[in-house]
Amino acid sequence: MKRANPLSIEDLSVAYQKKPVLRDITFEAPEGKLIGIVGPNGAGKSTLIKAALGLIPRLSGSVAIYGKPYSEQRKLVGYVPQRESVDWDFPTNALDVVMMGRYGHLGWFRRPGTAEKKRAMECLEKVGMADFAGRQISQLSGGQQQRIFLARALAQDANLYFMDEPFVGVDAATEKAIVTLLNELKTQGKTVLVVHHDLATVKEYFDWVMLLNERLISFGPAETTFTADNLQRAYGGKLTMLDHGDRSAILVSGRG
Amino acid sequence: MSTFWIILTGALVASACGIVGCFLVLRRMALVGDAISHSVLPGIVIAFLISGSRDSLAMMLGAAAIGLVTVFLIQWFHQSGVQSDASIGVVFTALFAVGVVLVSLYTRHIDLDLDCVLYGEIAYVPWNTIELAGIDIGPKAVWGVGIALALILALLFLFYKQFKICSFDPAMAAAVGIPVALFHYLLMGLVSVTTVASFESVGAILVVGMLVVPPATAYLLTEKLGRMIAYSVAIGCASSVLGYGLASLLDASIAGCMIAVAGGLFLVALLFSPSHGVIFRKLRQKRMIRHRTAS
Repeated sequence: MKRANPLSIEDLSVAYQKKPVLRDITFEAPEGKLIGIVGPNGAGKSTLIKAALGLIPRLSGSVAIYGKPYSEQRKLVGYVPQRESVDWDFPTNALDVVMMGRYGHLGWFRRPGTAEKKRAMECLEKVGMADFAGRQISQLSGGQQQRIFLARALAQDANLYFMDEPFVGVDAATEKAIVTLLNELKTQGKTVLVVHHDLATVKEYFDWVMLLNERLISFGPAETTFTADNLQRAYGGKLTMLDHGDRSAILVSGRG
Repeated sequence: MSTFWIILTGALVASACGIVGCFLVLRRMALVGDAISHSVLPGIVIAFLISGSRDSLAMMLGAAAIGLVTVFLIQWFHQSGVQSDASIGVVFTALFAVGVVLVSLYTRHIDLDLDCVLYGEIAYVPWNTIELAGIDIGPKAVWGVGIALALILALLFLFYKQFKICSFDPAMAAAVGIPVALFHYLLMGLVSVTTVASFESVGAILVVGMLVVPPATAYLLTEKLGRMIAYSVAIGCASSVLGYGLASLLDASIAGCMIAVAGGLFLVALLFSPSHGVIFRKLRQKRMIRHRTAS
C-alpha cells in the first residue's frame, strides 16, 4: 500500500464572522517537497495553515496528516507562527523558547530537563544562534527572533512543517540561513509548507507552489504552476510583468 | 500575637495574588483581574443568601463560579465584535452593580457590610478565628488564603510549563496539543478563588493592587519568568510588613498602607531598575551619544 501523503485537505472552507475566507480548498501535499503558499493580502494563506492545525474552526472539510486526523499526529507536525504573534518582551531567553518545542513530546507532567536542553542547543546551533542561548528574547533583532522560532520548530522533530511568513522583516543573513535550513529539511525527506510574500524568490526557494486567493487557483511543481497566467488569476490583474528574457520581474500594484 | 496574624494574612494575600498576578500582567490581562475582583460581589452575596452564613467555603465557590462567568462573558462579547476594553468594562460594572443592588436589598436581614466587602478590614482578622474540635486553630482568613495559596502552588508545580507556554505563545501551545482553554480558565478560576479568599481581609478593590502592583514591579527587575514570580512574592510580602509598620506609625488603614508601600516600591523599581529603569536607560543613552561624538 502506498504511504499516505503528509497533508491532504478536502473541501476545506473557513469563515471569519460572516465573510468566507477560504472556499472549497482541496489538495494533497506530496512528501519531501518545499511548498510555497503564495497569494495577495487577505487571500487566506495564514488561515489555511491555522485551519489545518485546528487553531481556528472550519466551516466544512477535513484535514488528514499522513492519513490520520491531526489530533493523533501532532508529534509529526512542526509550526512556526508569525513572528509578531507573540510578545517578545516576555521574560525568558532564547534557549527557553527553543525548549518549548519539546513540550508537546513531554506530555502532561514531565518537565524539560537535560535532554531537552541538549536538543535545544543543537537546534540553536543549526540556525547559527548558539551564542545567543542565554540572551533575553527582546534583545534579539527581528531576524534573530525568527531564527529562534525556526530552532523551536526544529526541536519539535517533526516530518511536516508549517511556516507562516518566516521571511518577513529579516536581514539577508537570516534569509540565507532559512533557505539553507529548508533545503536541509528537504534532503531529510521532510515536507515544508511556507507562506511566502516575495514573488521574486518563489522559483528559487520552492519546488512546489500553491497559488491561493480565497480559492485554490493552482497547485503543482513551480515550473508549471508559477506562470504569468496563473499569477494574474490569483492577483486579479494587480500585477505588472516586466520581461527580461527568461527572468521576469514582477511588480504588485495597489494593495490586495 | 495579633500583629503576627495580621502580617501573616497580608503576606499570604500578597503571595497568592503575586503569583497569579504575574500571569495576568504577562498576558496583558491585568484589568481582567480587576474585573473579576469586582464582579465576584454578586457571587458572594448569592452564596451568602443561599447558605445563610459567612461560611468561607460556600462564598468561595459562589464567587469562583461568578468569576469564571465574568471571564466567559468578556470573551464572548469580545468575539462577538465588542472591543476588549469595552467588554471588560461592561461586564464587571454591570455584575458589580447587581451585587450592590443585592446587598442593598438584603442588608437589613444580613450582616454583610458593603464597606467591608470593598475595602476589607485586615485589623479584625485575629479575632475572627475558627475552632477545630474545640481548639482555636487561628484566624479564618489565614486558613482561607492559606488554602488558596496551597492550591495555586500545587497547580503551578504540576503545570508550570503549560502556564508558561500558554502565556507566551497560545497558538503554538494549541498546535502541540496543550488544552489552552482549560489552562486559561484554570488561571481565571485561581484568580477568582484568590480574590474571594482575600476580599475579607484587604477588600475587593485592594486585591487588584496586590494582583497587579507587585508583579508589575517584578517585571521591571528580571528577565526570567521563575524569578519574576519569586520577586513578585517577595515584593508583596515586603509591602505587607512595611505597610503594617507604616499603618501603626500613622494609625491609618492597614490594607491601604500595604498597597501604598507596594506602589512606592514600584516607583523605585521604575526609576532605578538596572535593566528596565528610566534612570539607567537615560544614562546609557547619554553614554552612547558621548561615545559617538568622541569617536
